Amino acid sequence: MRRYLVTGALVVLALVYPLLVAGFPVYERLGALVLLGAIGASAWNIVGGYAGQVSVGHSVFFGFGAYSAVVVYTHLGWPPIAGAPLGMLLSVALAAIIGVPTLRLSGHYFSMATIAVAELVRVLSSTSEFLGGAQGLGGPAMPRTVFDLSFLSATPFYYIFLAVLAFLLGLTWWIERGRMGFYLRAIKDSERAARSLGVSSGRYKLYAYMLSGAFTSLAGSLYLCMFGFVDPESGFGILISVKMVVMAALGGAGVLFGPLVGALILVPLEELSNSYLGGRGAGLTFVVYGAIIVIIARFLPSGLLSLFERRSPARPPAKMNVASGHAD
Amino acid sequence: MSITLAQVIVSGLLLGAVYALFSSGLTLIWGMMNVVNFAHGDFVMLGMYSAVVIWTALGGGPFAAVPVAAIMIATLGILSYFLLVRHIMRGPMLAQILGTFGLALFLRYSAFWYFGADFKTLPDTLVGGSFVLAGIRFEGSRVLAGAVGLGITLLLHVILTRTAVGSRMLAVSEDATAAQLMGIRPQRMQALAWAMAGAATGIAGALIANFFYTSPTVGETLAILAFVTVSFGGFGSVLGALVAGLIIGVVESLSAYLVGPVYKDVIVYVLFVLVLWFRPQGLMGKA
Repeated sequence: MRRYLVTGALVVLALVYPLLVAGFPVYERLGALVLLGAIGASAWNIVGGYAGQVSVGHSVFFGFGAYSAVVVYTHLGWPPIAGAPLGMLLSVALAAIIGVPTLRLSGHYFSMATIAVAELVRVLSSTSEFLGGAQGLGGPAMPRTVFDLSFLSATPFYYIFLAVLAFLLGLTWWIERGRMGFYLRAIKDSERAARSLGVSSGRYKLYAYMLSGAFTSLAGSLYLCMFGFVDPESGFGILISVKMVVMAALGGAGVLFGPLVGALILVPLEELSNSYLGGRGAGLTFVVYGAIIVIIARFLPSGLLSLFERRSPARPPAKMNVASGHAD
Repeated sequence: MSITLAQVIVSGLLLGAVYALFSSGLTLIWGMMNVVNFAHGDFVMLGMYSAVVIWTALGGGPFAAVPVAAIMIATLGILSYFLLVRHIMRGPMLAQILGTFGLALFLRYSAFWYFGADFKTLPDTLVGGSFVLAGIRFEGSRVLAGAVGLGITLLLHVILTRTAVGSRMLAVSEDATAAQLMGIRPQRMQALAWAMAGAATGIAGALIANFFYTSPTVGETLAILAFVTVSFGGFGSVLGALVAGLIIGVVESLSAYLVGPVYKDVIVYVLFVLVLWFRPQGLMGKA
C-alpha cells in the first residue's frame, strides 16, 4: 500500500512540476532535460541493463534521430518532428546491420566494437555535405506552424517528454514481466545456460538492441526539436553514449526506474553548475561530478536503487548476478 | 614516388609504435584483471602535462620528463587500484565503466581547472629537429617516441612471458584464488600491474607531448585509439597491441596518402570491425 502511495505522489509531482517552477526558466528547462536524459538512458537500459549487452556506442542511434529530424527540415521543409519516425525506422535497420556482427562479441569486445562503429559514423557524418559537415545543421529559426514545436518556455517540451518517457517505461515494464524479459535476464546471467535451455539468445539480443535503438533515436529527434541544432559531436560523440551508460548505471541498470533516478541526479548536477558557474568554475564542478560518480561506483556498484532492492520482492532475482559479478 | 611511399610507410610505423606504447598499459590491465580503464586516455594526458610542466617550469627536456612522468603516473595507477579498482572489479562490468569514467572526468576537469583549456605545445627543437636518411625525412621527436615505444612494449612482453614476476602476474590473471594458494599475493601483483601500466602510460604521454598538442581533453581522442588498438590486437596481449599499433599506424598513413586524410580514421575503424567479425578475440587474443 505504501508503495502505491509513494508512486502516486511521485506521479502527481511529475505532473505538476512545471506549475511549481513556473516563472523560473532555468528550472523549467531543467525538468525537460532530466526527462530527455531519462528517455535516452531508459532506451539504453533495454539492451544494456536488461540484456546486459553494454553498448557504449548508442550515440549512433541518438545522432540518427537528431539528423533525421533536421534533414527532413533542411532538405524537404517538413517540421523536424516528422523526421522522428524516419529516424526510428532507420535506427531499427541500422541496429540490425550493426547488431548481427557485433552482438556475437562478448563482454568488453562488444563495448569496444560499438565505440568503433559510433566513431566511424561520427567521422563519416563530419565529411558529409548532405549532413552539413563538421558545422552541423540547424532547424527552423522561426516557427512556421505549431508542428515546428518552437515554444517560448520549456514546459510544452516537458509534457511531451513526460508522455514519451511514460510510454517507454510502460513498454519496458510490459517486456520485463513477459517472456522476453525472462529471456533477456537469462541471457544476462549466463548466455550459455540460456541457450542450452532453448532461448535463441542471438535473436532476442537483436530484438532488444533494435528496440533500444529505436527509442534512443526518438530521444535524438526530441533533442533536436528542443535545441534546434546538431553537429557530429553533439549527435554522434562518445560523450553522448557514455552519459546514457552512466545515468543508467548510476541509478541501477536493468531496473525499471534506474535510468530516471540517474538522470534526476546527474542532469541537475551538470546543468545547474553550468548555469551558475561559467568558465573555469565549470571545470571544478565537473571534478565534483566525477568524484560523485566514482564514490557511487565504489560503494554502490549496482547503482543507487540497489539500496531499496529488498523492498520489491515481486521482481525476479535478476540482480543476483549484478552482485556476484560478471565472468569474462 | 617510391621514396614518398617509403616515407609514408616509415612515418606510419613510427606512429604505430607510439600507438602501441600508449595502448600497452591498457592491454596489461585489461588482460590482468578484465577491467577496461576508461580513464586511460586521461592518464596519458597527465603524462603529457608532466612533460609540459617540466619544460615550462624547469626547462627540462624529455630525459627529465620521461622518468618523472613514469613515476607520477605509476603512483596514480597504484592509488587508483587501491582506492577504486580493487573494489569495483568484483562488481558488474557496468560498475567498472561507471567508476573509471568518473575517474576520467575527475582527472580531465582537474587538469582543465588547473591548467586551463588552451592547447600547449613543446618546441620542436627539444628533440633535435629532423634529419634525412636514405632520402627519408625523420623527425627527432617521433623517432625517439617510436623507438622508446618499441622498446617498452617489447620489455613489457618479456617481463610478462619470461620472468618469475611475469609468471606470477599471469597466474593471478588466470585464477586469483589458485595463485593465492600457491603463495602469490593477488593484490600485490595487481597493484604491480597498475604500476607498470601507469609507468608505460606516463612515458608514452611524456614522449607524445613532444609532437602533439597537450590539452585537458586530448585523452578522449587518445583513449578511443587505444581501445581500438587493444581490441584489435587481442585482449591482454602486449605483443598483439604492438602488432595492431603498427598495422593501424601504417594503414592510417597509407590511407591518408592514397585516399585522403579525412578517410584515414574511417578505414581504420572499418578494418577494426572486420577484424572483430572474423576473429572476435582480436589478432592475438586468447579465444
